[in-house]
Amino acid sequence: MKRNNNKMLISLSVAALSLGMATVASAATLDEVKQRGNLNCGVNVGLSGFSSPDADGQWQGLDVETCRALSSAIFGDPDKVVFTPLTAKERFTALQSGEIDVLARNTTWTATRDNSLGLNFTTTTFYDGQGFMVSKDLGVSSLEDLGGASICIQSGTTHELNLADYFPSKGIEINTATFDTPDQTASGFASGRCDVLTSDTSQLSALRLQLPEPDSVEIMTQLISKEPLGPVVRQGDDQWFNIVKWTVFAMVNAEELGVTSDNAEQMQSDPPNPQVARLLGGDGNYGEQLGLGNDWAYNIVSQVGNYGEVFEDTVGANSPLKISRGMNALWDQGGILYAPPIR
Amino acid sequence: MPKPPSSHVPLWRRPAFRALIIQALLLAGLVALIAMMVGNALSNLEARGITTGFGFLGERAGFSIPQTLIDYSGDSTYARTFVVGLLNTLLVSGMGIVAATIIGFAVGIARLSPNWVLARLASAFVEIFRNIPLLVQILFWYFAVLQALPSPRQSLSLMEAVFLNVRGLIVPAPVPEAGFGLTLTALVIAIAASIGFALYARRLQARTGKALPVYWCGAAMIIGLPLLAFVVSGAPLSWVMPELKGFNFRGGVTVIPELMALWLALSIYTASFIAEIVRSGIQSVPKGQVEASRAIGLSSNITLRKVVIPQAMRVIVPQLTSQYLNLIKNSSLATAIGYPDLVAVFAGTSLNQTGQAIEIIAITMAVYLTISLSVSALMNVYNARTLIKER
Repeated sequence: MKRNNNKMLISLSVAALSLGMATVASAATLDEVKQRGNLNCGVNVGLSGFSSPDADGQWQGLDVETCRALSSAIFGDPDKVVFTPLTAKERFTALQSGEIDVLARNTTWTATRDNSLGLNFTTTTFYDGQGFMVSKDLGVSSLEDLGGASICIQSGTTHELNLADYFPSKGIEINTATFDTPDQTASGFASGRCDVLTSDTSQLSALRLQLPEPDSVEIMTQLISKEPLGPVVRQGDDQWFNIVKWTVFAMVNAEELGVTSDNAEQMQSDPPNPQVARLLGGDGNYGEQLGLGNDWAYNIVSQVGNYGEVFEDTVGANSPLKISRGMNALWDQGGILYAPPIR
Repeated sequence: MPKPPSSHVPLWRRPAFRALIIQALLLAGLVALIAMMVGNALSNLEARGITTGFGFLGERAGFSIPQTLIDYSGDSTYARTFVVGLLNTLLVSGMGIVAATIIGFAVGIARLSPNWVLARLASAFVEIFRNIPLLVQILFWYFAVLQALPSPRQSLSLMEAVFLNVRGLIVPAPVPEAGFGLTLTALVIAIAASIGFALYARRLQARTGKALPVYWCGAAMIIGLPLLAFVVSGAPLSWVMPELKGFNFRGGVTVIPELMALWLALSIYTASFIAEIVRSGIQSVPKGQVEASRAIGLSSNITLRKVVIPQAMRVIVPQLTSQYLNLIKNSSLATAIGYPDLVAVFAGTSLNQTGQAIEIIAITMAVYLTISLSVSALMNVYNARTLIKER
């Protein structure tokens, strides 16, 4: 059971912290990953659109594709990833203790997490906000109507903190019921343990699909927080930090430059402009600067896809979630997605 | 003829001295190992930029907890979170120990009953609940039983005062008014009088053999006297009735379903073990004891209470202690259904929000150790008192 894993994980991590953590910290993560022959990636235990196993047991989702892109950048093969499903409470300890190399698990970038946990947030792969899902027949139109309501929430998340910030300051009294996993939270909501389910809006879209009657509920438009989600690494390994960061930047730049998984090969052999040539390794040594091959970005785009392709396939139009690009559109298309240039 | 001990034996060949040296070396080695582990952990944590120390206990926790026995809000500190969690752990453990003991004794005695149906039912109870993992039972009570209850609007209600629904059990909240102190005073007096009466009755029986109805008189006093005071002072107690307003019931006291599920599961699971302990304790009393007491004309009720159980207790108590300790430790499974116990709110949420795993896990372990050792010490005192006195 998950519960036992959780306890074991914490105790093992404590043991690891006390005995042998120095070895993890000082070793270069890239070398270790290469030597091991695979990437250890921490993901959500099951969140449709971000990371969940499909019918064949293959992990699917936006976070999963980030890990696969990283594997392509390092090994030239997107499938050299071992996925470790983690609950919200387990995730940081798993990364701190070296059990995983990178945490790609819809984790919100906050000051405490970035500054005091020995972790580094690399960049944002999904801009989100905390929203609320209610049953349509409650007839609730704004958060001010929620006085006295019970709210289902996942423990150990930023949502717990935001909720305690938001409602008391508005003088609205609410009750909470906390659960450990997204699934339990959704079943608590479905059984009527609470009136409202709160989480990132992207999660709400996913959890809604798990409900017996998805059409009987609505996701309210009001948001109470900023939730930038992205991959996290341990502090103290700048090379690894850069690799994860630039893997995401490569995917965003590829979308901006119109490089897709379909045309990457043709564009590599015949780059339409110098920017594409630099991205796909035809000019300069941008891959080598990271300690990777010069075709790192080519591998990512040809094997996994650019950011837009991955977005549409996992959470966007081609997925059951049908989340619109919104804030997550490119900067030149009305969104805030903006990657530093490769030059 | 053995040589008499002589002071000529060199120091290092004396067993007592060597034993002392070995013990000292062992202790020094252990201390050095622990110091090395602590030092290593601290330097590693610092090297990795992870904050250490207990300063976080004074910081604002910033999250809410569904059930708190003391005042608590999102503005409270992590230290208060810890106290809230600890009290919730003690609450469910205390309730569990009381219920498990009552159910366990009843089932254990029933299993030896000459009534065939009763004995078989008791056996079935033990075999079912002893052999299913506790976590499964907790999830069963929570998800299969309590989550299947109706929504607040369709609550099951008793006289429109007590309501049961998927959000929990809602009962009226008592509000004492001026003059209620008299009732409380009467209760204290009644309890003191009952104890005095019981002591007197025991002495009277020892002297004359005459038995007084101690239980009936005690019960009459403890119930009757406060009731009398309550009526005389004009019933100074009002009730806040739960009322369905908006989403939920307002007013009244809500017992959250997480507490009910955990309490049910812990009580019943532990009771099945206690039942077996009670049965083995009773069976360890030689049959001759029962036959002898029947021979002098004691009823089977008196035989059980005054002859069998007292002798069985010395077998029962040590094992009962371990079951109590198990129950307390098992209450940490609360986190599976979101009951806000120490492990869920402190070793879970607080740990996750602050990231200070080593400090929080150390505190949590120390707390469980302290609770367990205290219970164990209390039970040992009780055990010493129930031991058969050899005269």
